[in-house]
Amino acid sequence: MNTTVASTLDSRKSGYDAIVPAGEPWIHEIAKGQYFRIIDCDGNQAADTLFYNARDYEERYSAQNTIREQANIYLTTGTRLMSNRGNALLTIVADTCGRHDTLGGACATESNMVRYAIEKRHMHACRQSFLKAIIGWGRGLEKRDLDHNINFFMNVPVTHDGRLTFEDGVSAPGKYVEMRAEMDVLAIISNCPQLNNPCNAYNPTPVRVMIWDPTD
Amino acid sequence: MNEDQLFEDLLQPGATWSHNMKRGTSLRIRDIQGNANVGAIFYNRENFAERYNMSDTLKAQHIARLTRGNVLYSDMGRILCSVTEDTVGWHDPISGCSNEAAVRAKYGEARYQEHRNDYHRNAYDSFVIELAKYGLGPRDMTAPINFFSKVVVDDETGAMHFIPGNSQPGMFVELRAEMNVLVILNTCQHPLDPNPKYEPRPVHLSIRRTAPATANDPCRLYQPENGRGFTLTEQYFL
Repeated sequence: MNTTVASTLDSRKSGYDAIVPAGEPWIHEIAKGQYFRIIDCDGNQAADTLFYNARDYEERYSAQNTIREQANIYLTTGTRLMSNRGNALLTIVADTCGRHDTLGGACATESNMVRYAIEKRHMHACRQSFLKAIIGWGRGLEKRDLDHNINFFMNVPVTHDGRLTFEDGVSAPGKYVEMRAEMDVLAIISNCPQLNNPCNAYNPTPVRVMIWDPTD
Repeated sequence: MNEDQLFEDLLQPGATWSHNMKRGTSLRIRDIQGNANVGAIFYNRENFAERYNMSDTLKAQHIARLTRGNVLYSDMGRILCSVTEDTVGWHDPISGCSNEAAVRAKYGEARYQEHRNDYHRNAYDSFVIELAKYGLGPRDMTAPINFFSKVVVDDETGAMHFIPGNSQPGMFVELRAEMNVLVILNTCQHPLDPNPKYEPRPVHLSIRRTAPATANDPCRLYQPENGRGFTLTEQYFL
């Protein structure tokens, strides 16, 4: 059902290589032309991700512009990740998973109360991690800058009759998605701590992030 | 106007309108000619950082379309508005809005200089201009709903398809405000509308006083998630 495309980059030559533990945020700049890979280390882990123009945070990833421009709700190889101004922030150049979600959004303590039970308020959630990341980063980023995100490795099918479901993942240990930055971007990942639905197979696990220079 | 009706107006083709909707009132939007599209965004009037959230609305109700019984969630787990009446059956929450470059590419250039108030408007700029009147800006723009429009998604491939003719003359949708809500509407065409002509449609707006949601309200009972959403919204007003 999904087409997968492997990368030609050599893992040993990446200039940046880090592990993002489950439930933690990661914030980092990626320069125009660099390649950015996110690896689902143990399988079925949602990597909630936001992108901004690193020179002007008012320009940011737009989920609706991205799916509308390609007239398809799933993100995979060839998808241009579009900004609110209609520019490509990054392009997906390799994808061994085959399908990523951008409609399901990020979990929050508030939405967890609605979705599961009001007693779930205390549970850790992606928007807590996003807020921690931007508070730490500073430089003017605020809650209002947290728009609709990408859920890499997450499977959220929509049916012809307008239903939306969270399905067990199409990802597996070692699967990855790789992007080329089309401008200098700021990336924020919340490695999702959700324990209430199958987006993480009820067991949040680490993801690995790697960056290559264009000459590598 | 019946005695509960507080307001009515015509929203012209391509025009934008904003209003502070009070909890306890309902806004009815009626398609006059058929094939209308009404882009809409919503904010908590008392805290603009709380705003309509597409993803929370979709995943709480397991939907990729809006109709009667559905509610519009904020990013704070509360219900901004409920869809209490709907004769259309499908409103599009996923496709976003037109922008200046897309409108120029699709319909050509039509400036105010030559065309006066028939100049070509686009939804994104219209939303951002209206947001600015409240001290808000592009950073506050959230994913809009397109009322009266239908976009279906192919089960297997995920491809999106605009379905023409979704709304007929006289069809309407009614939104009951569950909080004090800043609502911004515009009638620019849907960004996936295949009509090659610049042809936005007018809609009729009316506001009336309505009772709060009862224990048996269809939106509250739509599913358990909405029951918790109403509880959290009612707690906000304690």
